[in-house]
Amino acid sequence: MAEGIKDKVAIIGMGCTKFGERFDAGPQDLIVESFMECLADAGIDKKDIQAAWWGVHMPDISVGRGATTLGLTLKLPFIPITRVENFCATGSEALRGAVYAVASGAYDICLALGMEKLKDTGYGGLPLGGGFGYKMPLISSNLTAPGGFAMMATKYFSKYNLNPQDGKMMLAKVSAKSHKNGVLSPKAHLRKEVTVEQIINAPIIAWPLGLFDCCGVSDGAAAAIVCRADMAKKFRPDPIYVKSLQIAVSSGEEMMYTKWDGAHVEPAYRAGIAAYKEAGIKNPREEVSMAEVHDCFSITEAVTMEDLQFSPRGKVKEDIDAGRFNLDGAQPIQPDGGLKCFGHPIGASGLRMMYEMYKQLQGKADKRQLKDPRIGLTHNMGGFPSMNIVSVCIVGK
Amino acid sequence: MVGIKSYGAHIPRFRLDRNIMQLALLFLGFAPLRGEKAVANWDEDSITMAVAAALDCLKGEKSGKVDGLYFATTTPTYSLRQNAGIISAALDLNTNVRTADFSDSTKSGTAAMLAAGDAIAAGSLESCLVCASDCRVSKVGSNGDYTYGDGAAAFLLGKEDIIASIEGSYSTSHDFADRRRLAGERLEHMWEERFIRDAGYMKFIPEAVAGLVKKYNLNIKEFSKVIYACAFSAAHSTLGKTLGLAPEQVQDPLLNNVGDTGVAQPLMMLVAALEEAKPGDKIMVVSFGQGCDSFYLTVTENIAKMKDKRGVKQNLANKAQLGSYDKYLAFRKQIPAEVGIRGEEMVFTSFSIISRDNRELYGMVGAKCKQCGTPSYPLKRICPNPDCGAVDQMEPYRFADKKGIIFTYTSDFLAACIDPPASYGFIDYEGGGRSLVDFTDCDPNTLKVGMPVEMSFRIKYSDEKRAAVNYGWKAMPIVS
Repeated sequence: MAEGIKDKVAIIGMGCTKFGERFDAGPQDLIVESFMECLADAGIDKKDIQAAWWGVHMPDISVGRGATTLGLTLKLPFIPITRVENFCATGSEALRGAVYAVASGAYDICLALGMEKLKDTGYGGLPLGGGFGYKMPLISSNLTAPGGFAMMATKYFSKYNLNPQDGKMMLAKVSAKSHKNGVLSPKAHLRKEVTVEQIINAPIIAWPLGLFDCCGVSDGAAAAIVCRADMAKKFRPDPIYVKSLQIAVSSGEEMMYTKWDGAHVEPAYRAGIAAYKEAGIKNPREEVSMAEVHDCFSITEAVTMEDLQFSPRGKVKEDIDAGRFNLDGAQPIQPDGGLKCFGHPIGASGLRMMYEMYKQLQGKADKRQLKDPRIGLTHNMGGFPSMNIVSVCIVGK
Repeated sequence: MVGIKSYGAHIPRFRLDRNIMQLALLFLGFAPLRGEKAVANWDEDSITMAVAAALDCLKGEKSGKVDGLYFATTTPTYSLRQNAGIISAALDLNTNVRTADFSDSTKSGTAAMLAAGDAIAAGSLESCLVCASDCRVSKVGSNGDYTYGDGAAAFLLGKEDIIASIEGSYSTSHDFADRRRLAGERLEHMWEERFIRDAGYMKFIPEAVAGLVKKYNLNIKEFSKVIYACAFSAAHSTLGKTLGLAPEQVQDPLLNNVGDTGVAQPLMMLVAALEEAKPGDKIMVVSFGQGCDSFYLTVTENIAKMKDKRGVKQNLANKAQLGSYDKYLAFRKQIPAEVGIRGEEMVFTSFSIISRDNRELYGMVGAKCKQCGTPSYPLKRICPNPDCGAVDQMEPYRFADKKGIIFTYTSDFLAACIDPPASYGFIDYEGGGRSLVDFTDCDPNTLKVGMPVEMSFRIKYSDEKRAAVNYGWKAMPIVS
């Protein structure tokens, strides 16, 4: 009988680079920057790391495939390293590899490191290119990331009878909140407050989403060192324990069958249920103190609040209007500014989110520090609302 | 008796006002041309327009019975890889179909018609679809630039249930180099307009008409309509007088509202004539190229059955102004336009995939589960219905001919597109199934969830490095 991983693994060290348009830094610079902070934070020696999981989503524009980049860059001494990739959950997938390996009893100490170097493409937005195979462009639409998520906004507005003005206002508040938090995050890419008026009047990227409904495109890396829970306190007095780390993947039902409503992300709902069950959470709205969710677009964050059961279906607008998710609200979301302000170097994002939960739980989040958070949640969603992978990770003291 | 069983036409939705052209081109000189011309959308070419006309023609017909497909154009997309084969794939015709391209002359549309008629008369084909389509590009400010329009016509020929019988034909050939393009050239060269008029149209058309009249002992007065190709408005009316036609016998050459559609012109005129025809009417058709083909038809009682055709009439009514000559130049790749570095990123075109999945990609054939009846696209081996999940219980199911409604959509300014924003969305098809497709021929501001759409065969993107124009099906709002 499988036991799951609850409280079997602790995070004892983390590192995160400054995110942004790091035109001056190559992929190896970012890897080293996040790793050195992580190693120092854990207070261990490099040779104590027994295995590593390395996440990069688009290696073809940065470091190439395989796991050798991590070994060669960090001069890791012939240890097992696995490169993982799972769309935008790549960073969380790297963490999952390390956490599950320790939970299995195979290793005592493992490393998870994710990096993405996006700003070498020469253009804005994510490169889609051949990421979906040679056939995709022949059979699908001229799809971009904002377009894919804009279709969820269109459908959400339509399903819940929001006119475009009210719908855009709801989404503007999501982004305004994150921008406000981002100002307090020294490592964020975009650190500027933006008003809802500016957001609503910004140029349209993919109707109904405007410029400020979209997260930034950045370079960055983040890392975590995890160990057996029973040995964690040897390294530090305040380790953070993993309560659950679940992933759910689309079955094709959403895209090819006609039952899906287009206004929610089914794998997010399913991954949430699985993660809450393992972590022993009965009422996510009350029990989850804070979360970093995958706000690649404002609509994604709004819908995720419903998928993760923080808000009832179709009612997230009420919670947004009431300020529930603000830094001083009942359930702060994106305390560090989220993807909105950090941008989304894909391989790094999941670990960057965890970095904020880790610092918050340790009481080291400086000006963003929340009052006594107990349970933190990270959520990644990769792909498109119609076909995707979603990770939900729950951590606590 | 051999004749026409059905007809169809396509005129691109965009029209370009010749006054707008004149304003942009005044520096090159004054061109006394009026009206507007139909211009293909950026994702249209001769092949896609032929498919649109063929779909109009085959509406209500049994496409499974078609055993010949002849395609006529002077602007083939491929000079190696049969263009008719792509049209056949888009129409999802049987593979045991005789396909051929007729090219190099604006009279090749009538040549295809006569060849199809002869094959049927000889008993080697039962029914043959003839498509004629042109999308010509000329030097900026040239006569062709102003006069040429884009369009297509299609006819289904056969022996049974014919709406007009083909009674007889007469052809001439003259090595008359009015317009030329060397193999591999994109823009054509035109000889002096007055020469083409006087030594070409004025000479060859009367010759072809006289030849036909004499061969079959006809009287020109017995024709309710005489169709003759002509690129020039004034010459077209003069010809009517020369031929001794009463004004009502002269079929409008569509020059002021569509333009000279080359290969398609006489056949689009024939569609327009049939739209107004009564049983017993006699119609003469004369094309013009390096010489002429002439033939004549007698309309039958079945003409009354030709309903629901877009034909020329409905296509003329469905229009939107392009409003910009610059946009026309960009659409036709006459000027290089910046679509962003994103637009330079090109996924490798694999012809093994296009070959293997040809029915799926070009025919838009998906699957229908034999166990639960769920239609799905793209083709999959396992039923997507979560309550079914049957394996290998799929039968082919065509989506291209299904109407649908918009489930959700966006208009995307980030996507690389020559005519931003790129609009696309999920379509829920009548009878079931859902897929993500590009939209075309639509005004982004009018899109709505629940809006009815139909499918159109279009260019998705060109991969010039690999000599590939990649086609697929897009959704467009249903007009009327």
